[in-house]
Amino acid sequence: MTDLYTSQRTMRNMRRAAIQRGVIAILDVGTSKIACLILRFDGPDRLREQDGVGPMAGQSQFRVIGAATTRSRGVRFGEIAVMNETERAIRTAVQAAQKMANVRVDHVIACFSGAEPRSYGLAGEWDLQDSVVTEEDVSHVLASCDVPDLGQGREVLHAQPVNFALDHRSGLGDPRGQIGHRLAVDMHLLSVEGDVVQNLLYCIKRCDLELAGIASSAYVSGVSSLVEDEQELGAACIDMGGGATGLSIFMKKHMIYADSVRMGGDHVTSDISKGLQVPLAVAERIKTRHGGLYATGMDDREMIDIGGDSGDWEKDRRQISRTELIGIMRPRVEEILEEVRATLDAAGFDSLPSQQIVLTGGGSQIPGLDGLATRILGQRVRLGRPLRVQGLPQAATGAAFASAVGLCLFAAHPQDEWWDFEIPAERYPARSLRRAVKWFRDNW
Amino acid sequence: MQPLNALRPNGPAPLRQVQPARAVRRDPAPSKWAYRLQRMMLTPHVRVFLRTGLPTLVLLGGAALWLASDGNRQSLVTMLTDLREDFEARPEFSVSLASIEGASDDLAEAVRARLGLDLPMSSFDIDLDAVRGRIESLDAVKSADLRVRPGGVLQVVITERVPVAVWRTEGGLTLVDDDGRRVAGLVSRGDRPDLPLIAGEGADLFTFEALDLIAAAGPLSPRIRGLVRMGERRWDVVLDRDQRVMLPEKNPVQALERLLALDQVQDIMNRDILTVDLRSDHRPTLRLTPYALREMRRDQGIETVENEL
Repeated sequence: MTDLYTSQRTMRNMRRAAIQRGVIAILDVGTSKIACLILRFDGPDRLREQDGVGPMAGQSQFRVIGAATTRSRGVRFGEIAVMNETERAIRTAVQAAQKMANVRVDHVIACFSGAEPRSYGLAGEWDLQDSVVTEEDVSHVLASCDVPDLGQGREVLHAQPVNFALDHRSGLGDPRGQIGHRLAVDMHLLSVEGDVVQNLLYCIKRCDLELAGIASSAYVSGVSSLVEDEQELGAACIDMGGGATGLSIFMKKHMIYADSVRMGGDHVTSDISKGLQVPLAVAERIKTRHGGLYATGMDDREMIDIGGDSGDWEKDRRQISRTELIGIMRPRVEEILEEVRATLDAAGFDSLPSQQIVLTGGGSQIPGLDGLATRILGQRVRLGRPLRVQGLPQAATGAAFASAVGLCLFAAHPQDEWWDFEIPAERYPARSLRRAVKWFRDNW
Repeated sequence: MQPLNALRPNGPAPLRQVQPARAVRRDPAPSKWAYRLQRMMLTPHVRVFLRTGLPTLVLLGGAALWLASDGNRQSLVTMLTDLREDFEARPEFSVSLASIEGASDDLAEAVRARLGLDLPMSSFDIDLDAVRGRIESLDAVKSADLRVRPGGVLQVVITERVPVAVWRTEGGLTLVDDDGRRVAGLVSRGDRPDLPLIAGEGADLFTFEALDLIAAAGPLSPRIRGLVRMGERRWDVVLDRDQRVMLPEKNPVQALERLLALDQVQDIMNRDILTVDLRSDHRPTLRLTPYALREMRRDQGIETVENEL
């Protein structure tokens, strides 16, 4: 535990230092594209009151000064499969963004969608020493949560206290200073495959960058796509990416569940490629320009040239109707949504008071997806676009950039995590200096 | 022959055309060294150095290399000197005339001789301070004011010393001003009968006191022959008939005024006395001529045995 704790804490300090220096980079390592945004932090006082812009949860602190995307190479299912290909792709994105921003960045916050995230709900209890809750008590109660067996080679990515309860009062956001006897906490812990994180770390290190934070893309796209009342009342964000579909459930402004389905837009493309016998690049173009999910009579007459350069006239002049294309795409999209449904059911999404579902990510741009999702996931489905942040180029405001924008918000205003609190002195090694200090402070 | 169901050339085309797939673009990723170079060029220190430091270094280095050669250095110095001389030799700066104001003709001649400039010359070459020093070393010049006026005229405004007294020394007669400074020599006293005569060692340094005394003398003035500085500390007023008034060191003017008051009442100075000694505040002391003394004693019936001692 201490090892992870220190590495996460180091990243937090690095994030703070980077914000002090004013420039930090955001890296979204996805299966279909790698996006890099460069943020400049100017401090909170730059916007005046009469501009009509409030603090906006820390978003007004920064502006995007550089943005670049590149085709992703060597990433499958949101995990790095070919190391140096991915490194080159990251380098391309970072270099282009640096060129646009005209500054050098050293610190980067990254997110990824794969690595089989698993959610755990933890609970802990602690009897208060004196009747007032102090910061120390909070760290005690967090430390008293018993961590389940995560499995071989898995690491904790997020561990956020979701809810505090003091005696019989539950739903406290910040219990410090309140009076009671028994403090209890509910914590949400997200574990991922450790190797995937190590690979990402290694790639970023090879690019001469330092990692100042790491997040799950399901979580950060929820942060950017869900509006405030949805986060408060309960909603699920489904981030349909290229290789994986992330899923995160928010309630009371905290993520309470996250998972991912290892299927995404790339599978639709490969279906088209296989079904129509065309290369993947052509299949991708056909999907984005003519794709859809609901066939109408008009689509029977809309013929699409598939093309090809085999030299065989018959093959190169093939045409299909849009209906056929929809016939290829729809089963796969249905399959993805069914999987998401199953995951939501497993998470107990039915029991939430509000069952809003927000579809975002590049895959959510398929025409007719909202209709199909309504039939599979439930009535309250909407398509989400990420929040607008200052200075974001028009090309990067689409749903495909939900996780990149969410990561900006995460960088500016991260939620409290387990490692933001001090380790209680008892958990330190027996001969630690801090333990001695604690003993002195308690006895004198 | 065309089949009947063939599309007409201007008939409806297929609704959408997919462009034939172009060759996939080459991987645009920068090489590792290109990436590092770009990051280095974006580093603030490097940018500042490239913008200011490097041009400065190149300029300085080039200049140093060029100056390292002896011939280059010589030619640079020559060029600068020539430039300076050309500029100084311009007609705007040439001084061709000296005008001397505020001096009598004789003095003006002397000053002109003392200027020591062979005009015309450039105003940059004239050391005005040195010239002023030379002019002021003349006794008759109190101060000189030099300036180069537009039009190439060197204007010398001279304030002359005004002689206020004639100082008789063993060497001869000298005219002095109120500071006691020598103005000119004098051949005979008769040349300047209007000025009072002073004598004695250190008399020139206290000329102002002598002038005060003469101004205070009033009715005695026509009788004053001159003033003598005694022992470099006090004045004697020498009158005609070899009379002498000995004044104290301090407040000689008041002592003289007292004597005048006494003279007005008792008409002392017309009596047959040799000396009035005013050196003591308490009383004036008179010395009679030997004849008057004898007569006075005879009147009082005092018989004295007289001898030469």
